[in-house]
Amino acid sequence: MIRFKEIQKAYDNGTKALKGVNLRIDDGEFVFLVGPSGSGKSTIVKLITAEEAPSGGRLMVNGYNLNNIRPGQVPFMRRTLGVIFQDFRLIEKKTIQENLIFAMRAIGASPRETRKRVPYVLELVGLEQKAGCRPTELSGGEQQRVAIARALVNNPQMIIADEPTGNLDPMRSLEIMMLLERINELGTTLLVVTHERELVDRFSKRVVAIENGRIISDETGGYYNDEVTI
Amino acid sequence: MKLRYNFGYFISEGFHSIFTHGFMSFAAVCMIVCCLLIMGSFSLVAVNVDHMLGDLEAENEFTAIVEETYTDGQTTQLQAAIRGIPNVASTTYVSKAEAMAAFKEGREDNELLNDLPDDVLRARFRIHVVDIERMKETASQVEALDGVAKIRAEFEIAEGFVVLRDIAGAVAIILVVILLLVSLFIIANTIKLATFNRREEIAIMKMCGATNGFVRWPFVFEGMLLGLAGALVAFLFQWGVYSLVANAVTGSDTMSLITVLAFRPMALRVLGAFVGTGLLIGTSGSVLAIRKFLQV
Ligand SMILES: Nc1ncnc2c1ncn2[C@@H]1O[C@H](COP(=O)(O)OP(=O)(O)O)[C@@H](O)[C@H]1O
Ligand SMILES: [Mg+2]
Repeated sequence: MIRFKEIQKAYDNGTKALKGVNLRIDDGEFVFLVGPSGSGKSTIVKLITAEEAPSGGRLMVNGYNLNNIRPGQVPFMRRTLGVIFQDFRLIEKKTIQENLIFAMRAIGASPRETRKRVPYVLELVGLEQKAGCRPTELSGGEQQRVAIARALVNNPQMIIADEPTGNLDPMRSLEIMMLLERINELGTTLLVVTHERELVDRFSKRVVAIENGRIISDETGGYYNDEVTI
Repeated sequence: MKLRYNFGYFISEGFHSIFTHGFMSFAAVCMIVCCLLIMGSFSLVAVNVDHMLGDLEAENEFTAIVEETYTDGQTTQLQAAIRGIPNVASTTYVSKAEAMAAFKEGREDNELLNDLPDDVLRARFRIHVVDIERMKETASQVEALDGVAKIRAEFEIAEGFVVLRDIAGAVAIILVVILLLVSLFIIANTIKLATFNRREEIAIMKMCGATNGFVRWPFVFEGMLLGLAGALVAFLFQWGVYSLVANAVTGSDTMSLITVLAFRPMALRVLGAFVGTGLLIGTSGSVLAIRKFLQV
């Protein structure tokens, strides 16, 4: 669940990245966030993960009010989120399995819990055969699936993916999107940031478009298709 | 909202990190060993010097010469009065005959002295003081008593010892403080490098929702283990070095005046001080080092 109410974000250097954004994402939704480079997409992601604080407006994430959240509460808010990046961000000297265990131990899971959960998510992303490999031994698409498994492993309410297919070829990108769609069907809310029009148009999902720090459209059924019909 | 802190996990992570960052850990332990050794050696020298000064201080005394006309009874009263003065540790009565005997000692060849009657010298008290620094004050208090003819003392020597001891103490404290700060700085930077190597891991942990405490603990354990290892190694080295130097000093003719304390009775205190200092440096160094990395 996400609520942006008139959110402003100015960075320390004065850059106004967001200029009054209103956005509501309910539990169970699958939402694409599209827009040109520098339009403020990653800023929205950083506000949701509390990496940055809003300069103005009201912000709620999964029941946490981020306007006046205590620093000690931020980790617990983050446990309700799974985050995926364009550059995967896996630990290269750990195996796939160890990467997932690492993410679980980070929030205090016991070895028994990791033994139960890790094989399940590895199977979900189709990498049960690669559990003992290191990230460098995998293709980009496989590495991103590991990152998705890691985002899922702590069973978050919502997954946020910032350009998850930016480093992948069209075929792998489609596979990743279909995997994310499947995860959404299993009950997790999905917010996917991308600027790949073909990809967005292949799915009939809600598309929020942002430009120059403002939401310019929010419709279901393919944003770029609409552009063509105008 | 449950917080499960698994210390086994923190310790094994700390251990693991020490070995994966082998060189940095080695460097950190070496630094701790060096700092502790310098600190320890200096402190041990200071302890020895203080001990010797204590010996010398014990020999510091002054003499109060009794009025010639005083009877034995009056002298006994005088001794009680002297003992009543604060800072007087003890008094020893020296009779006229004893004073004469002491004077004649070593001068047996001098024929002139042989004919002297025993009561030429006056009776006297040898007075020891508790605090050498207040010797002058105590001496004038004694001098003011009725029946004391005169005071004989070597104030210059007494004052010299006090100055020497004060300087040694001040230098020791200043050096120890400087060395502590230097080693803290080095440990902090060592662990900062270790955290820098793992800033990715830390960022991932924070992204997954790890608390600051959780991220901090393995580093704190790492620092503690490094401090402990350094302390133990430094202790063994200190023992060896001290014994070698002690043997050399006691075995040498030119330095036969110097008495060296044995290491064994001090070993436990040295070990305790090293372990305590090592743990303190290691822990505070790691806390200092990762402060910055937790602000995400
Ligand atoms: N840490 C930062 N400090 C200053 N300006 C920033 C920072 N991060 C992003 N910006 C600026 O904010 C604007 C939006 O950036 P971003 O949200 O990353 O866009 P997008 O992800 O859509 O490409 C850009 O003009 C960018 O230069
Ligand atoms: Mg971006």
